[in-house]
Amino acid sequence: MDNTFKGRSMKQSFDWKLVIIYLLLVIIGWVNIYASVHTSAGTSILDWSLRSGKQFVWILTSLGLAGLILFVLPPRIWESASIPLYVGVLFLLVAVIFLGVEVKGSRSWFEFGPVRFQPAEVSKITTSLLLAFVMSRPNYKITEMKSLVITALVIGIPMLIILGESETGSALVYVGFIFMLYREGLSGWFIGAIGLVILLFIMTLTTNPYTSVLAAIGILSFCAALNTGRIGRWLLIYGSFILVMSFFPIGWKFLTDSLIPGASIINEVDPMVQDAIRGASKWSFLLKIKPLYILILIGMLAVPVYVIRSYREKDQFLFIAAMGFIASVILVFSTDFIFNNVLQDHQRKRIEVLLGMKEDPSGVGYNVNQSMIAIGSGGLLGKGYLRGTQTAYGFVPEQSTDFIFCTVGEEWGFVGCAVVIILYVLMIWRIIHDAERSRESFTRIYGYCVACCLFMHLFINIGMTIGLMPVIGIPLPLMSYGGSSLWAFTILLSIFIVLDHEEKKYF
Amino acid sequence: MTLERNHKLLIGLLVVAFILLAKLFNIQILQDKYKIDASNNSMVYDIIYPTRGVIYDRNGKIVVGNKVAYDILVTPREVKEFDTLMLANVLEVEPQFIRDKMAEYRRNIRRIGYQSMVMIKQLAPEQYMKFAEVQYNFPGFKGQVRSIRDYPINAGGNLLGYVSEVDASYLKNHPGEYRSGDYAGKTGIEAARENDLKGEKGYHIYLRNSHNQIEAPYKNGEMDKEAIPGHDIVTTIDADLQQYGQELMKNKVGSVVAIEPSTGEILSLISSPGIDVDMLADIGKHYGEIINDPYKPMFNRAVQAPYPPGSVFKLVNGLIGLEEGVLQPEYSYPCNHGYYYGSRKLGCHGHPSPLVLEQAIMMSCNGYFCYVLKNILENKKYDSIDEAFDKWHDYVQSFGFGRKLGSDFPAELGGTIPTASVYNRRYGQGGWKFTTVVSLSIGQGEIGVTPLQIANLCATVANRGYYYIPHIVKASEGVEIDPKYYERQYTMVDTTQFKKVIQGMWKAVNAGYGSGGTASVAAVPGLDICGKTGTAQNPRGADNSVFICFAPKDDPKIAIAAYIENAGFGATWAAPIASLMIEKYLNGEIGDNPTRKALEQRVLEGDLMSRVKTD
Repeated sequence: MDNTFKGRSMKQSFDWKLVIIYLLLVIIGWVNIYASVHTSAGTSILDWSLRSGKQFVWILTSLGLAGLILFVLPPRIWESASIPLYVGVLFLLVAVIFLGVEVKGSRSWFEFGPVRFQPAEVSKITTSLLLAFVMSRPNYKITEMKSLVITALVIGIPMLIILGESETGSALVYVGFIFMLYREGLSGWFIGAIGLVILLFIMTLTTNPYTSVLAAIGILSFCAALNTGRIGRWLLIYGSFILVMSFFPIGWKFLTDSLIPGASIINEVDPMVQDAIRGASKWSFLLKIKPLYILILIGMLAVPVYVIRSYREKDQFLFIAAMGFIASVILVFSTDFIFNNVLQDHQRKRIEVLLGMKEDPSGVGYNVNQSMIAIGSGGLLGKGYLRGTQTAYGFVPEQSTDFIFCTVGEEWGFVGCAVVIILYVLMIWRIIHDAERSRESFTRIYGYCVACCLFMHLFINIGMTIGLMPVIGIPLPLMSYGGSSLWAFTILLSIFIVLDHEEKKYF
Repeated sequence: MTLERNHKLLIGLLVVAFILLAKLFNIQILQDKYKIDASNNSMVYDIIYPTRGVIYDRNGKIVVGNKVAYDILVTPREVKEFDTLMLANVLEVEPQFIRDKMAEYRRNIRRIGYQSMVMIKQLAPEQYMKFAEVQYNFPGFKGQVRSIRDYPINAGGNLLGYVSEVDASYLKNHPGEYRSGDYAGKTGIEAARENDLKGEKGYHIYLRNSHNQIEAPYKNGEMDKEAIPGHDIVTTIDADLQQYGQELMKNKVGSVVAIEPSTGEILSLISSPGIDVDMLADIGKHYGEIINDPYKPMFNRAVQAPYPPGSVFKLVNGLIGLEEGVLQPEYSYPCNHGYYYGSRKLGCHGHPSPLVLEQAIMMSCNGYFCYVLKNILENKKYDSIDEAFDKWHDYVQSFGFGRKLGSDFPAELGGTIPTASVYNRRYGQGGWKFTTVVSLSIGQGEIGVTPLQIANLCATVANRGYYYIPHIVKASEGVEIDPKYYERQYTMVDTTQFKKVIQGMWKAVNAGYGSGGTASVAAVPGLDICGKTGTAQNPRGADNSVFICFAPKDDPKIAIAAYIENAGFGATWAAPIASLMIEKYLNGEIGDNPTRKALEQRVLEGDLMSRVKTD
């Protein structure tokens, strides 16, 4: 390359640290893929019939793609091409539903001879590009409704199509863009609101609606108190209220049991006896009143009071909190409905296993159990390369793709896991660092999008292998076996490196 | 709160990374659980099967031993290309059998993983040696030693029971105790004493490396467990007597049960036709044949078949009459070819008349015992026949009839003895009287008893009033038996009454031909056999031949009951068989006496199978 043309030398202007981390992760992935597929026959890592041999081809082609992006294609092309690329990929996302092949219950793959290709992987790139493009326009203001709606559409359309393809994992990655939006000025309460939704959902499933509603009251009121700074008052009023109400169901049960003979066993007897128990006492109407209804009644009576107060004190947040309470109650009541009617069977089972609602070591829980056994058995330093017993015998399913982290855990131990996680953290850190230094908002926003994608994949994938997340099939970036995924992340990263380089070379 | 948003995000990133690392630290370093689970996955348990306990007879003869056989195991993932024809040849199976098996394993390879599957079971050692010579050609194939049952003498097939591989329902009924591929006793002593016989499995633990090769014994074999052989069982059976009885019973349908009166130990228990021990050894192969045999060899008649006892039951009625005071030994009743009631008659054979009790037993007079039962049921002591009848029922039950005796034989049944309510249901309250149930006087009618119960009656009489619960397992080192088998069981009849019937039994056998005694054929000089014949009606053809006897009279060593279906008079078949067995047991052989030898010859050659209806 001609240095005079490039301004500063390539050595200085490319973020070589990022490139090195990239190469390290790809190579670690490759040797671990070999470890997960090698057999006793002493096959070579380059054996074309094995996945490790094929992955080598994918790595070489990825490096070719990276070279193309870094050295051949004009860096400016990405900004201008973001709209047609986005639309083109949307088209592919829809087309795959009709033209794709079915793999493990979802139609999300195109097949060309021996090569499979998943548009959902590419969609991350085009969505990131279009987000960067839209949000870097001069008239874009994240606090304005119109801008927010456009952003939501850019993220939501591919996400919904992917959900329609039953690729829940890939769709979940798009939730990560919320962190980029936060960086760009979106209120932090949005993240909080999403967190609250997830929390209430899980609490309703694992405990009961009463506890969930009580928790919603606690959290929302605490946030409102945080907003005004009156924490002490909150502790006094709400703290004691919550304390009292947490014992209310027990007290209520004691009351009904002592007033109505037979009430304590009413759920265990057959309907005719139930009727008899109800008919025998004048207090039996109390049985129809559940503590949950009383709690909601108290809450709903309080809502108008807070609405009036928020109007008088011009405290918009208080109003949102009050509305949030109503939304929470609706959410809690609909959770049961969502869980039983909206979610698909396998998703429901995975959530049940994850939340410990059902012990199931041989069914859905099998994957997680075997994966945790493999990782757990690695200990501090691991069993040594190619010495893993769990991974080599195929106890762990999807060993070279979604569960590649198991091989790392078993053969390299805690130290190996830590190294891999630290490499990812460094990569994300470095991307954010570069993005922050950038003077162009397109580069910065795109950089954050890349970081968000990497982060979501990292958290969901590793979280899944160690039982923190449900079994959601998404690959570990750069390490998992598979051409689509490796290509997609290589392109995603290369574009950021070249954008970053483009800016810096004139300094 | 002056942090920039990008810094907050970076902190969030670190927090998440910390959570992941903390969880990893927990499962990889703090918790042992996953390491233990992993070792289950990667350790190879080489199971060592214990040898099953040996079953001895009362004299220390082995009736069930063990011999070595080999199972051929396949580890499908280790199998390389091999010469199917050669393997089929050494294993003596069809090549297609091996192809089918391998195809099946390939289909289930995910489920099988690195486990070994049993391809062929119980190969004889000679055949296994052929395979062992060429085994190096077949990686992934290996032999595993199993010990299987061996039967040195053909004695007591039904009694011993068989051992076979556990099936799904057995596994379900014995959760946690067995694994697929284990063997367990399914019937007879093998089943009854399974817990003693089975022993404990042991194992060697090896570690597999990641190439699935066995690397080394785990912790140098510290954790290995040796198999503990099963306890030997000593039975009460006399193998020689059992075998002799089986020979005598060949081609006859029925049972012979012999008991040692002073202990309740069953000396032999024959159900004919039975299962040959050759079949037991490989029950799987013969199962269909056994199940389809019209004579039902699996049906253990000795403890399960409810038969009418016939005239041997006269002893019970006589004893009850004596105890109730409605009969004295010197009472005499007339009998003119039977007992007449109204216009009907319960027939009898020709004999002098009238008779006293002793003669009535000796000559087996039907009429006499009709009077006896009449006296019992019409006893003024009781308000109604119902009460009297239920009293009679209680007496009978105290002899061990109409209920399970409680032997250690798993499939024992109890038979039936009616109560007054049976007849009240059938005829209405007050709708029946003594003559309605007159058949019970001579052991016919609504009464069903097993040969074991009849033998127990004989032992009770021999003991003059009590019995020990019959059983087939003796206490021996490491094997205990229920203390109830050591307890005397008294009947409701006082022990003083018994001697009054025994003399009749002695005369039935020893009074000599021409005296009217029904069982002269059973007499053996010097043995003092006391017996009682019976001829029980069988609605399906000729009468059943029944005989009970014990000997010697004053110090009984053996009490025996023979029950032969469709064999006619008690004296024709049952009495010779029982007396030959007593002679064999007490003298060790059949004496050098032409009539005895001829009798033995006749019994051995007798074939009554064609008389038995089998539909």
